[in-house]
Amino acid sequence: MNRINQKLQENKKLLSIYFTAGYPNLNDTIPTIEALEKSGVDMIEIGLPFSDPLADGPTIQESSTQAIENGMTTKLLFEQLKEVRNSVQIPLIIMGYFNPMMQFGVENFCQKCQEVGIDGLIIPDLPLEEYLSEYQAIFEKYNLKNVFLITPQTSNERIMEIDAVSDSFIYMVSTAAVTGGQAGFGTEQTAYFERIASLNLKNPQIIGFGISDKETFTQATLHQKGAIIGSAFIKYITQNSIAKIGEFVEKIRA
Amino acid sequence: MSQFNVSEKGFYGKFGGAFIPEMLYPNVEELRTQYLSIIAEPSFQEEYMYLLEQYVGRPTPLYYAKRLSEKYNTKVYLKREDLCHTGAHKVNNTIGQIILAKRLGKTRIIAETGAGQHGVATATVCALMGLQCIVYMGEVDIERQAPNVARMKMLGAEVRPATSGSKTLKDATNEAIRDWINNPTDTFYIIGSVVGPHPYPDMVAKFQSIISKEIKSQLLTHEGTEYPDYVIACVGGGSNAAGAFYEFLDDEQVGLIAVEAAGHGVDSGESAATSVLGKIGIIHGSRTLLMQTEDGQITEPYSISAGLDYPGVGPLHAHLCDTGRAEFISITDEDAMNSGLEISKMEGIIPAIETAHAFAVLDKKQFKPTDIVVINLSGRGDKDLNTYINYFGF
Repeated sequence: MNRINQKLQENKKLLSIYFTAGYPNLNDTIPTIEALEKSGVDMIEIGLPFSDPLADGPTIQESSTQAIENGMTTKLLFEQLKEVRNSVQIPLIIMGYFNPMMQFGVENFCQKCQEVGIDGLIIPDLPLEEYLSEYQAIFEKYNLKNVFLITPQTSNERIMEIDAVSDSFIYMVSTAAVTGGQAGFGTEQTAYFERIASLNLKNPQIIGFGISDKETFTQATLHQKGAIIGSAFIKYITQNSIAKIGEFVEKIRA
Repeated sequence: MSQFNVSEKGFYGKFGGAFIPEMLYPNVEELRTQYLSIIAEPSFQEEYMYLLEQYVGRPTPLYYAKRLSEKYNTKVYLKREDLCHTGAHKVNNTIGQIILAKRLGKTRIIAETGAGQHGVATATVCALMGLQCIVYMGEVDIERQAPNVARMKMLGAEVRPATSGSKTLKDATNEAIRDWINNPTDTFYIIGSVVGPHPYPDMVAKFQSIISKEIKSQLLTHEGTEYPDYVIACVGGGSNAAGAFYEFLDDEQVGLIAVEAAGHGVDSGESAATSVLGKIGIIHGSRTLLMQTEDGQITEPYSISAGLDYPGVGPLHAHLCDTGRAEFISITDEDAMNSGLEISKMEGIIPAIETAHAFAVLDKKQFKPTDIVVINLSGRGDKDLNTYINYFGF
């Protein structure tokens, strides 16, 4: 069974962490993954840096720009990840925009993912329709779970469609915003969280965007299976260092 | 079925589509399902045509450029989009989109701008309609284009600097898209060129197609035919070219010439010649030709003209290039600037530097004496006076 699906069966609320590959330093990718697993994180999203990340706010864009300046490329990421499965068991997902994957060659990209032990992909700008008509067969061939996003504006009809196509979890964008946007959830968000929970989807949901601390993590996982922290984590390792990742995770889990 | 019009799914051959994050899906879908029927409403057409005539000043003349024709020994006509209100063709599109926005019940307008022409055209129609207007502009461009920033402010728009990435047009577009993600219900995004996710490229091309409609009927009066032998237009994202080509796309007897900015030269590393330097990729929600690194990072183009330095090109143009339907020619800064000066002295018209690139083709390509060559004079050069002054040392 795919490591993501295995993890989703565990009877606990899942904490997923996003970080940008090659940030703050080019060779921080593997140490960051190892530290995250050691500190008890459940899932990791490895950000493949892109020059023009439309769905991301300034924190993630700046980390991507820095990573690209550090010399991070798709090819190098796969080299860095070559032996990652010798040291970690945690589910690994690559989150990135579609253009760099297209330039690498989508099939080639998927094949490399399988070789190094990647379990799934999150590609915000690869729409459902395009995935179904062009890429589903390739992703499945290499046993990669494609994770789709839904937002507070996504219609129920479309949510059902996405649920039917998904086979791991659904990435619930907490609010109408790019990443790293806001502090705390209001009644509008909690109503949305409840509404989605009541749909009884076959895929569990994990909430991302706007999760930054214990409080927002707890709110987000009240009705959903887990939550993803991205920008807040990037800010933390920018201000501290990857050596202190354990402390960050402890505070969320405390 | 036309080979060059957009398919139902939003593609021009292998280019186009809507590669957008799910957050934008409801907005783009609303537009996609409604734009054709709204535009087709008689009351829409009536309002649109009324404003084009009475506010923009259409139809713009198709002027026979006698001295240029003599010099280049061919028949040169100039489609005078520079005489549009606000000084360029951009307003044809913003008028159309603002009426659409109103009919969709939107109250807040956002736009991106590079040199500021589309920003000014958007701020203008927002003033006209009494709608809130926010224009995203790269921090670098804000410094380079101070007069247009002032114009937008006078027109009541808020100009927000894009401080990410290279701080130019592509980043302003990113910021506008992010704004749209953050404001999913009340906001309409007026894109300035034939770029972005479907249906934008088609919608903008339709609003600009008034240019080629007029060329057809005006040419019939002047020459007794609706069909020129060539239509020449400059291409950044490609909105003025799309408008000038639109009615002729399926008429293969009309040669279409798209003129890109070579900057310091196509091989100089400082260029915006996307058809030569670009590879298929995704930018701003569209699959098209795109200047990028081997690794798929979008690169910053260069041209002396701020309106042509976009790293992509509209998907229609990518398709015209791919199929060979249009001939793509790239013109350097130097040739464009000299052409701009020549047109000023020979015809008494100071063109925008973008447009000057199109004129430079007269020197690069041999036309027959009987050829009817229509050049789309997309904008006037007032905004570029400083660049002309610095370049020529007037």
